[in-house]
Amino acid sequence: MHAFANPVRFLKIARPATGWTLALAILLIGAGVVGGLFFTPRDYLQGESVRILYIHVPTAWLGMAGWGGIATASLMQLVWRHPLAAVAGRAIAPVGALFAFLCLATGSIWGRPTWGTWWEWDGRLTSMLILFFLYLGYIALASAERERGGEGRMAAIFGLVGAINLPIIHYSVLWWNTLHQGQSISIAGGSTIAPELLWPLPLTVFGFTFLFAAIVLMRMRAELARTRAENRLRRNAET
Amino acid sequence: MNHWPFIIAAYGIVIGGSVGLTAWAWTSMRAAERFADEVTRR
Repeated sequence: MHAFANPVRFLKIARPATGWTLALAILLIGAGVVGGLFFTPRDYLQGESVRILYIHVPTAWLGMAGWGGIATASLMQLVWRHPLAAVAGRAIAPVGALFAFLCLATGSIWGRPTWGTWWEWDGRLTSMLILFFLYLGYIALASAERERGGEGRMAAIFGLVGAINLPIIHYSVLWWNTLHQGQSISIAGGSTIAPELLWPLPLTVFGFTFLFAAIVLMRMRAELARTRAENRLRRNAET
Repeated sequence: MNHWPFIIAAYGIVIGGSVGLTAWAWTSMRAAERFADEVTRR
């Protein structure tokens, strides 16, 4: 990881990687969405609304993984003082916030025909809503620190502390008696969902993950370019 | 209950949000890199 902390080396990899990850994302999401909407059967219990699964699960995963990324970047910033760590944290935050919001929105839309309600204050939904608010707090704190010329240490501490919410979200369906269904897909223990319903899900999960990565790369490149321009203008003004 | 309006709304929000964020990130990246190149060339 230390090797990629150099902005010049990072840009050498990020420039070609942005296009490739975006192209791969479009391809996988397109295939997953078409498969999920038109080539899978309806569920015997949930009916047609099960198709929302193919976009709800990736948004939930990325809403949480985004904060995992912020926490990792925060740790790298505080411990190793990586020059790109704060840039990465700021780049990830709005993307993670959008996916957390999309998770809440699609979950709510799914809940109406499935549970008969748009919202329920149960453990999973409430902890996910808290994650969305944590994102908003991080964005506000990080931008305020950047405007004042700070290093972003407060935002990094906030990013680390906020990670406590991730296991709460994950285990909420086990700790509390929630309306939200329990874990039905596990990498280690297989899945309780029928394979004919499940196959488009890996496509959308990987597709949206590549999309997330592509957007973060774009935002990091934009911030590095802005910093380059600011430094050049400052040097010109001094001479 | 017809589930399709709910499915269309969910997919619409996700695809619209993703496309909007990608377009915004792409245009701001291009603008920032163009400006940085211009400043460096000056």
